[in-house]
Amino acid sequence: MSESESQGGSHLNGWYDLFSRGARDWLRHNEKVRDAVREHLPEIVAGADIVGGASRTVRVPVKMLEHYHFRLLNPSKQQGVGQGAAKPGDVLAQPSQGDTSGKGAAGSGEGGIEFTLEFKIDDIVDWLWEEMQLPNLKARVGRSEDVDWTREGWDKRGARSRLDRRRSMRESIKRRAIQTDAPSFTDEDLRFRQLNRREQPSIQAVVFLVMDVSGSMTDRDRQLAKTFFFWATQGLKRQYKHLDTVFVAHTTEAWEFSEEEFFKVAGTGGTVASTGLEKVNEIIEERFSPSRYNIYLFYASDGDNYTEDRQHAEAALEKVADSAGYSGYIEVSGTGQRPLATETGALFRNLNADGKPAGSFAISKVEDIWDAVRHFFQHQAKESNV
Amino acid sequence: MSSWRDYQPRIETLAKSLGLSYHPVDFEAVPSSFMMEISVYGLPVRMPHWSFGTRYIYQLIQHRMGNSRLFEVVFPGNPGHAYLANNNSLAENVLVTAHVLGHADFSRNNMVFRNSQDQVGEHIVEQAATHARQIGRAIEEYGVQRVEAVLDAALALEQHIDMHHRLRRERYPEYLPPKTEHIDSAFRKRFTSLDPELPSSTNQMHRQRAPLPPHPEHDLLWFVAQYAPELEGWERDIFLAVREESFYFYPVFATQIMNEGWASYWHARLLREADFLPQGAYVDAIKCHSDVVRPIAGDQQVALGVNPYHLGFSMWDTIIERDGIEAARNIMRQDDDFSFIRNYLTAEMAEKLKMFRYDASSNGEIKVAETDLNALHESLLAPKYNFGAPSIAATHVHVDGTLDLQHNHAVDGRGLDAERGRKVLEYLERVWRRPVRMHTVDERGEAVELRVQAA
Repeated sequence: MSESESQGGSHLNGWYDLFSRGARDWLRHNEKVRDAVREHLPEIVAGADIVGGASRTVRVPVKMLEHYHFRLLNPSKQQGVGQGAAKPGDVLAQPSQGDTSGKGAAGSGEGGIEFTLEFKIDDIVDWLWEEMQLPNLKARVGRSEDVDWTREGWDKRGARSRLDRRRSMRESIKRRAIQTDAPSFTDEDLRFRQLNRREQPSIQAVVFLVMDVSGSMTDRDRQLAKTFFFWATQGLKRQYKHLDTVFVAHTTEAWEFSEEEFFKVAGTGGTVASTGLEKVNEIIEERFSPSRYNIYLFYASDGDNYTEDRQHAEAALEKVADSAGYSGYIEVSGTGQRPLATETGALFRNLNADGKPAGSFAISKVEDIWDAVRHFFQHQAKESNV
Repeated sequence: MSSWRDYQPRIETLAKSLGLSYHPVDFEAVPSSFMMEISVYGLPVRMPHWSFGTRYIYQLIQHRMGNSRLFEVVFPGNPGHAYLANNNSLAENVLVTAHVLGHADFSRNNMVFRNSQDQVGEHIVEQAATHARQIGRAIEEYGVQRVEAVLDAALALEQHIDMHHRLRRERYPEYLPPKTEHIDSAFRKRFTSLDPELPSSTNQMHRQRAPLPPHPEHDLLWFVAQYAPELEGWERDIFLAVREESFYFYPVFATQIMNEGWASYWHARLLREADFLPQGAYVDAIKCHSDVVRPIAGDQQVALGVNPYHLGFSMWDTIIERDGIEAARNIMRQDDDFSFIRNYLTAEMAEKLKMFRYDASSNGEIKVAETDLNALHESLLAPKYNFGAPSIAATHVHVDGTLDLQHNHAVDGRGLDAERGRKVLEYLERVWRRPVRMHTVDERGEAVELRVQAA
C-alpha cells in the first residue's frame, strides 16, 4: 500500500484507484526498469557522485521502456492531411535552426519520457554483493556481548512516545465490532510498544582510508580512489554494526581529516608514504586497540614514493599489518605502463610475500573498481575461513 | 427532470422511429480515472502488461495538461456496454447517449463489424475479462517473467493478423495433395499398364510433406501459436487470446472515420428532433457537439491532422442530404474507411473542408504540397493499411526450426527500422525457441537480413 501511495502520486483519490490496473502495470514497468538498471549498476554507480553526500540514495535518470513493434524506417519526409486556410506552397512551419534530427520522428513520444528512479545505497550494496557473489566477512576479533534495546511485544501501559497507533486502532475496531453504541476510543484500546534488553554480540571494526594527495595525484585519480573507498566501506558496513572510519591524507606530512574535508583535500609537493602509515599507527595506538577492533587499511596512491623513504615506509607498513586484518593498496593511475611496478607497489608486494594479509590493485578506470572490491572481499572471506 | 437517465428511454424511442436498429446497450457512469484506463487498455478489463503502464502514464500526463477529455467509450456486443464519465454534465450525457446509439446502430449493421462480431462473439467485454483472469492464473503458476515473455511477443505482433482468414482456423494440410498423373501420351499409357505392381505415385510412401508454411502467412499470431516448435499449451492460449482481441479491435480501426461520423451525425440529428429536451440542455448539448466535431482548434488557422469526427460527420451529412437516409444506410452497411473515403470524399467536399496534403521534412519544415483528390485519399488511408503495421509474412521454417520472415518493402515503400525489428525478433525467439530472421531492405534499398544480436 505504502508503495503505491508514494509511487502513484496525488492522482490517487478514490476507492477505485486502489484497483487501478494502469497503476499496477506502471509499477510493473518500473520494476522492469529497476531490473534493467540493476544489471548495469556497477557502471552507473561507479560514475555517480555519491560519496560524501548526506543522502543515502542514488538518483538515476531513466527513460521509459518501449515495447517494440515492427515499424517502417522513418521516411525522409513525413506526409499527412491537414485542414484549414492554406494553399499549396504555403510554409506552415519553418525549419528549426541547427537541429536536423528534429522532433519529426513521429510516434516516439511514449518512449521519450524521462524520469528519475531513486535507489537506496543499502539496496545497491545488497544487489552488488548478490551480483558479484561476494561472501560476507567473518570477524576475527571482538565477540564480546553487548546490551541493546529492541522492541518486543505490546503493553496496555507505557510512555506516550511508544504508543502504537495502528495496533490501538485495531483494538478499538475489535471492541466496536461486538459493542453497540460504543465510544470510538477508550483507554483500554491503547497499546504501547515494549522494549526489552537484549544481549547482542558486538563486533567492532575500523577502516583506515589513507590517500596520497601529493601534486602528482590528479582529480581523476582522487575520484577513482574515492569511489573505491566508498564501496569498500559500504561492504564493510554490511558486516559490522559499528564501523569507524578514519581518513588520513598525506604529502610529505600526514593529517587526519573528517570525511567531508578528506575528499576535497588537494596538496602539493612530494610523497612520503611513511608519514601516512605512521599516522595510522599513531591513531591505532590511541583509539583502536587491535584486541577489540578488526582493523582494515586501504591506501590509495599513484605509486610514486621517495626512494629515501623506502625503509621508513616498510617499517611503518609492517607495523600496521601486524595489527590489521587486511592491508590493501590501490594504485590509481591512468598512465602506468606496468601497473604496480612502482615504489609503493613493491612495498605491498613484499608484505604479501611475507604472508601478511595484503593485496594490491591497479585501478585506471571505473570498471576496475569492482574487480578490486571483489578481489578484496573474496580474499578476506578465504582468510577468515582459515 | 434532473438526470440524463430520465431522457434515455425517450431518446431511444426517437432513435428507433428514425430507423436505428441496435442491440440493447447497458449504460454505466464511471469515474473519469476509469474512463482513462478504458481508453488505455481498449477494453474495461484487459490482460496485464507493463506496456499498458507506460501508455497509462502518458495518458495521465496528457490528461493533467488538459489535452484530452473522454466523454464516453462504447463496446459493441449484445448487449453493448457504454461507459460515461460521471463528471459529464446533463447536456453532455444526453448528447453522449445519442452518440452511443449511433455507434450501436453502426456496429450492429456494418459488414466489417458483423464479420468480426460473428466470429469473436458478442461479449468481448466479458471475454477480455476472462483472458485477463486466465493470464492472471498463468502468472501465479509460471511466474510473471515467463508470462511476460509470451506477452511481449504476442502483443508486439497484435496487428499482424489476417482478416481474410477465420478466427478459428484449421492447421495447414500436412501433405501436398497427391499429384494427379496426366497420362497424356500413348507411350505412358502403355508403360503404366505393363506392370501393375509398379507403385503408383499416389502411394502413401510417396506422399510429399507440404512446405511450412505452404504460402506466405500474414497471420503471425496464429502461425506462432500453431507452429512454434516447443510452445507450451498455456503459451499458445495467450497467443490466441491476444489474437482474439485483435480480431475484435480490427473493425474499430478499419471504420473509425465512418463510425465516428455516423455516431456524430446521429447525436446531432437526435438532439435536433428531441423536442422533449429543455431549451437550456439543448443549447449546451449543441455547443458540446460543435466542440467535438470541430476540425481546427479554436485559436488556430490550420490543423495538421484531420478530426475523424468532423470528416465523417461532414461526409454523412452531405450523403444523407443528397441521396437520402436509405442510401446512406446501405453505404454504412457495406463500406469500410477505404471504400468510404475513395467513393464518397469528393473533390467538392475536400475543397469545402479545406483539406490539403502537406510534407514535413525532418528539419522541421512543414509545407503544403497539394490538394489533389487522389493524393488526399491515399494520404488519409496510408496509415490504415494492414491494420497500421508493416506488411510481414512468415515464409519458411527451416529443417532446424529457424523461421524466416519476409517484409514486403515494395508494398510499404521502404524497409523496416532495424533496431526495433531486432528487438521484436528477440521477443519472438523467446517463444519460437529457434532463430528467427527478418528479410527487409535498409535505407539505401539494399536487401538486409535482421537477426537478434548476440548479447
